[in-house]
Amino acid sequence: MKPLREVAPGPRLALGVLFFILFFAAWAAATLGGFVSKTFLADPITMVRSGWTLLAEQGFAKDIGFTVWRVLGGFVLAALIAVPLGVLMGAYKPVEAFFEPFVSFARYLPASAFIPLLILWAGIGEAQKLSVIFLGSFFQLVLMIAVQVGATRRDLVEAAYTLGANDWGIVKRVLIPFSAPQVAETLRLVLGWAWTYVIVAELIGASAGIGHMITDSQALLATDQIIFGIITIGVIGLLSDLAFKRLNRGLFRWAAL
Amino acid sequence: MSRLSISGVGRTFPAVNRGATTLALQPTNLEVADNDFITILGPSGCGKSTLLRIVAGLDEPTTGEVRLDGAPVRGPGADRGMVFQSYTLFPWLTVLQNICFGLREKGMPAAQQAEIAARFIAEVGLTGFEGHYPKQLSGGMQQRVALARALANDPKILLLDEPFGALDNQTRALMQELLLSIWELHKKTVLFVTHDVDEAIFMANRCVVFSARPGRIKNELAIDLPYPRHYTVKTTPRFSELKAQVTEDIRAESLKTAQMER
Repeated sequence: MKPLREVAPGPRLALGVLFFILFFAAWAAATLGGFVSKTFLADPITMVRSGWTLLAEQGFAKDIGFTVWRVLGGFVLAALIAVPLGVLMGAYKPVEAFFEPFVSFARYLPASAFIPLLILWAGIGEAQKLSVIFLGSFFQLVLMIAVQVGATRRDLVEAAYTLGANDWGIVKRVLIPFSAPQVAETLRLVLGWAWTYVIVAELIGASAGIGHMITDSQALLATDQIIFGIITIGVIGLLSDLAFKRLNRGLFRWAAL
Repeated sequence: MSRLSISGVGRTFPAVNRGATTLALQPTNLEVADNDFITILGPSGCGKSTLLRIVAGLDEPTTGEVRLDGAPVRGPGADRGMVFQSYTLFPWLTVLQNICFGLREKGMPAAQQAEIAARFIAEVGLTGFEGHYPKQLSGGMQQRVALARALANDPKILLLDEPFGALDNQTRALMQELLLSIWELHKKTVLFVTHDVDEAIFMANRCVVFSARPGRIKNELAIDLPYPRHYTVKTTPRFSELKAQVTEDIRAESLKTAQMER
């Protein structure tokens, strides 16, 4: 192994898969071998079996649908406002000076701590779930996008000016296209964080969703179901991440050159 | 009347961290006539790039003013095209789209944009590379696109800030010939900043030598070599004579710069 030397795609995939195999093997050995009590940790086989029961008989697919819709809904709402605001803050320093201190403060407010307040304000319906996701992702998005837009290469801006671009032309035709690939990466990253908020939101006052199923299972000490729920989230997260990555690569071919 | 008139233009940079203010450019006068090819030669840090940036409208003079065709320069604009030392092609646009950038900003119909772009792509010898992205081109090719992009806008004056500074010697010589042939063809007015003596003499009809910082015009030479110039002009006695003279001027200034930095 040499530092920073690239690894070929085949071995790369094999190494990645290998860890999963080792992880499951260690888990199976610990549980099936009787080293860990079933009350605390279900074994992989029971987990897969009860996962199948959940999906086939207890309508878990509906829970998954609810959770996905909440994540996407809250995240899209946050992105719809955060992207334009971040661009404006990155481009215009007075706008940044106005919003930045508050946003920096707000991003450290833990979204999950707002859940009791949000229940009070928005009830226990969908509005409350969406607001948790919104709060958790909005401020992070705004700040990171503002930084990325503000970091546009100055010489490109100057070149555009000497080509006759006006101020709005600079924003539209230099700042936005320059930072677009990083903004897309930020969206991908924050979407991942949104998944962690949604479960917390569903642990309290929800009648459906993966988080709701996990709370129910806790009452029954059904560790197999809890683990299946967690793995479901991981798999959906991984898939959405891959899809997002592929989309970004397709949209911004020039950035990967 | 001269096309570009620089009168009493000086630049002082404000103090950083309670230090002293920096006088980068002493009040400078320069008259540029239509179709002039003026090279501005000076040691590094002498304020020659600052002067060019002020003409471009990217920096503001502390004193004096710049007038282009009688109208004072207030900011950057399409009437002054610029090629930078750093590679400033927009990496998300293809060669063709880069060259059309200014034309599109003017609101020109796409068909006309393409027609103009094709002409300049051919002039800089990049036909066949229209769909390439900047990262797929060599440094010399990128600067040729940058030149085509500036020319496509049909500016009144072309400003070049050490555009070939990052290129290797062979590429640089070819680029000089290319620029010269384009200038002879289009009868553009050119202000070219460089620290390379050969480059300054080979292309210019007037060469302005800057002093060490704080910069001012130390000497101005008419380069009386006939146009069109072939690269062989670099081996003529007259070229050597001019080169000796300019080298003497610039060497004294470079020494001063070196002493200041000691």
